Amino acid sequence: MKKTPLYERHLALGATMTEFGGWAMPVQYTSVIDEHRNTRTLAGLFDVCHMGEIDVRGPQALELLQWVMSRDLARQQIGEMKLSAITTEKGGIIDDVTVYKRGDEQYMVVTNAATREGDLAWILKAKEARGLDKAVVTDCSDTLGKVDIQGPLAQKILEEIVEGDLAALRFYHAMDTRVAGMHALVSRSGYTGEDGFEVYTEAGRIGEIWDLLMSIGDPHGLKPAGLGARDTLRLEAGMMLFGHEMCQTVTPYEVIYGWITDLDKEFIGRDALKKQKEEGVRRKLVGFEIVDRGIARHGYRVLAGGEKIGEVTSGTFSPTLGKAIGLAFVPVQYKEPGTELEVEIRNQRAKAKVVALPFYRRRK
Amino acid sequence: MAKPSPHDRKYTKEHEWAKADGAGTITMGITDHAQELLTDVVYVELPAVGRKVTQAQPIAVVESVKSVSDIFAPVSGEVVEVNQALEATPELVNKDAFGEGWIARIRMESPAELDGLMTAEQYEEHIKSNPH
Repeated sequence: MKKTPLYERHLALGATMTEFGGWAMPVQYTSVIDEHRNTRTLAGLFDVCHMGEIDVRGPQALELLQWVMSRDLARQQIGEMKLSAITTEKGGIIDDVTVYKRGDEQYMVVTNAATREGDLAWILKAKEARGLDKAVVTDCSDTLGKVDIQGPLAQKILEEIVEGDLAALRFYHAMDTRVAGMHALVSRSGYTGEDGFEVYTEAGRIGEIWDLLMSIGDPHGLKPAGLGARDTLRLEAGMMLFGHEMCQTVTPYEVIYGWITDLDKEFIGRDALKKQKEEGVRRKLVGFEIVDRGIARHGYRVLAGGEKIGEVTSGTFSPTLGKAIGLAFVPVQYKEPGTELEVEIRNQRAKAKVVALPFYRRRK
Repeated sequence: MAKPSPHDRKYTKEHEWAKADGAGTITMGITDHAQELLTDVVYVELPAVGRKVTQAQPIAVVESVKSVSDIFAPVSGEVVEVNQALEATPELVNKDAFGEGWIARIRMESPAELDGLMTAEQYEEHIKSNPH
């Protein structure tokens, strides 16, 4: 298992460790619920060094990314960040990534941990096939470290050690700046449904930023949060996780990524997706809550009229709502909020109903 | 640190406790060590009263935010009572695993099964050599 530069710090904090995407990662330090609530009400600090970063630059960088990404990046401004899917020729999702435009002809693609190598190979293959010699693709994952600081007090805490006007940084925008004197990239974004930031710096120095945030954040109530809380936070916010909601046999239209699929430009998978959009999808990802008792989990069967109609992709107990929630694929005729379903939990059927996403929306 | 395991009861390797109530019944639950490993118990699936259970076979399910864990019957017999309070307040398992967080009461088929379980000392030794 690979270790992030913060591994020893997690052990020192007494974290329970687990394997995730080939990495040894903290699941929780004290309690998933405490870390979840602390992030919703104050601030949480997350080690996300396991994620991949691929640098794409040169005169043909945009042409390559336009061919690989479902999202139209033609009008992306420097400092702007875009969520995008990478799809197969058939429109299946290879990964969901964020694309940062860092300068003219300079981009950074941030991938999931387990998909990093596949994404890199895919992008390189596309570059070869299109003969885009003037696009330079470099995997920077091992040289870059990343922490997320999330929650209503994130800005207040990070402001103390970041150069520049953090308050002026807009959602899904990034700035090249200095954090604690070190060169860093900071974006207002995250995976929790709260306000917050993603902070990138060189891997060898990410520990210094972690330590500083932990100490200056302490009086504000900042606490480290593990993958357990990261998962419940993202699920409440209606965000999807690659490997659960998405894989290569799922298309953007079947999940909730129609809005990042720009059919007006050409990209790998565009024709298949255009056809699917015209014909309409047969199944759709929906949010549901359990009406009876019990908690739905990944892989549990979804029933209607006693027949299996779908499967749960993610399910948990929502600490904020105090009830069991989840995401599931169902045939489109069952997708409307209010539709009654059943989930099979250990051979018993629990009543569930489709609800609108997200489950949780922060007050602004 | 887990609370010390009381000496008035017996223990299984799977981290259940069983305490004789007299009259041929035992009360059972999970140990403090077990609840520490689980953390954040958010749901307990209780057995039906009247259900026949077999030693070392599943009797209940305890779920934390992240995990689903089977709880095994420390002895064979019939479930005569369950802790209804866990339906509304499953966190009692975390707060007081040896007391208010009890799970079920079982009328024993064979009291010899209880005698065969570990003592508090043996159990403490067991968790020292198997921390997870």
